[in-house]
Amino acid sequence: MSTPEITRPRVPRVRFGERLLRGYVWLVIAWLFLPIVVMIVFGFNDTASKSNVTWQGFTLRWWGRLGDYPELVGAVVNSLKVALLATLITTVIGTLMGLALGRYRFRGQGATNLALFAAIASPELVMGASLLSLFVSAGVDTGFWTVVVAHVLFSLSFVAITVRARVIGLDRSVEEAARDLGASTWITFWRVTFPMILPGVVSGALLAFALSIDDFVITQFTSGAMETFPLWIWGATRIGIPPQVNILGTLIFAVGVVIAVVNTVTARRRT
Amino acid sequence: MKRLAPYLLILPGGLWLLIFLVVPMVFMASVSTQEGDIINGFVQTFDFSVYGDALTRYQTQFLRSVGYGLVGTVVSIAMAYPVAYWIAFRGGSRKSTYLLLVLLPFFVSFVLRTVSWKFLLADDGLLLSPLKSMGLVAQDFHVLQTTVAVIGGLVYNYLPFMILPIYVALERIDPRVVEAAQDLYAARSQAFTKVVLPLSLPGVFAGVLMTFVPMTADYVNAGILGGPSNTMIGNIIQTEYLVNTDYPTAAALSFTLMAVMLVGIFAYARALGTENVLEAAAR
Repeated sequence: MSTPEITRPRVPRVRFGERLLRGYVWLVIAWLFLPIVVMIVFGFNDTASKSNVTWQGFTLRWWGRLGDYPELVGAVVNSLKVALLATLITTVIGTLMGLALGRYRFRGQGATNLALFAAIASPELVMGASLLSLFVSAGVDTGFWTVVVAHVLFSLSFVAITVRARVIGLDRSVEEAARDLGASTWITFWRVTFPMILPGVVSGALLAFALSIDDFVITQFTSGAMETFPLWIWGATRIGIPPQVNILGTLIFAVGVVIAVVNTVTARRRT
Repeated sequence: MKRLAPYLLILPGGLWLLIFLVVPMVFMASVSTQEGDIINGFVQTFDFSVYGDALTRYQTQFLRSVGYGLVGTVVSIAMAYPVAYWIAFRGGSRKSTYLLLVLLPFFVSFVLRTVSWKFLLADDGLLLSPLKSMGLVAQDFHVLQTTVAVIGGLVYNYLPFMILPIYVALERIDPRVVEAAQDLYAARSQAFTKVVLPLSLPGVFAGVLMTFVPMTADYVNAGILGGPSNTMIGNIIQTEYLVNTDYPTAAALSFTLMAVMLVGIFAYARALGTENVLEAAAR
């Protein structure tokens, strides 16, 4: 059994195992897609009322009636505003952190790494609850800005870590060459270092945006009376989810898919 | 200037983490030992009995959450490992495409995905009503509001956090090492248990960290897919904070949850090396 020469009788069995494994993987992928497909399909459901649970036939009419629930539209707009602003802040301060952590050895580095790790590892629930404790104690009214603060907090680590990885992988001799040719530190940074770490910055920013627009738990604790898209859905689960939610979900999904596919294709072309 | 550079770079992010991550924990500890209510205000009393009271009152939910987290994590490992293995070793040039397929569903909002499951699993929903009309399951059979539905939802929502780190660990394995094992007359199964599996364990460890903690603290799945007998500690904390505004009880419960999780995480990370887990976690 153990000699590699006698593989012939083993071949069919191995192939069967391989096929089984392959079938299993596709089954898991199908399972992952099942609720997504249902969500997309029921955006086209010709349902009469708000409760969109049984298939009534195909219609496109909900696409023309996206604005039927002004609070829903407002919630989506809030989600986008929060995500854009939080991504901007996170990308700037996270990139600076990544540069410091990847390039220098300094006192407090261990503590910073630990804090970044804690921000990823602590449960969202606890982060949300403790932020609310802070805001309540300090007498800060929760709303738009407290949500932005919270979103920056939980996406900061991801940007800092992706940028740090990129900085560590840099070829320093290129920067030295720029400086030897008379470029100042500032010029060297913008003309040489920054373009080289840019892929890390961009993927960090995309991740921050994706995390922010999808976030529910921390947002619920820090939003006060403001509603975001996930919060609106949570509130509507008991009374019924209108097809407009399916369509908006589909649109956000489509944008994510396009970005991810472009990202993968360009990444493959680069290698 | 040169010596100051790292401190200047770290300053904004560091302050953000200090003010909004570290300081709030202190405030939460302080709130947990206050007394009062939302109308008359809270007074610091340093009365720690709230911890004992809250834990006795909600120990069922606490233990249930840890139990759900453990079962969900084990199920996730069992489900994710073969997928990660197949993509890493049989994915060929299409590895990134398969990974993308696994990740795509997660571009749909977490709450919306869970709502979609509720809809699929409903008593007269798409999955159960055909089975019922064919007489394959009993008319009063239901999946929603059961433990299975909640754990299933947890596994569904956190599976990629298990697949990715395991994949990363498997992908790093040099195929020549496996070949060497086979050249040295290891059977396929031996090459797996003696070589591949040990080398992939760091990925599994990172995956456990990335799934167990959020699963245990989750309240969305129990809230949407579960019933009254599936209430998790997250649901209690959420209700106490946002509905009952009983801040001391809520803070005491979240503080305990955090302490349990952090002690576990740091013991775990220390044993495996913080930077490794961090790097695996960030992927």
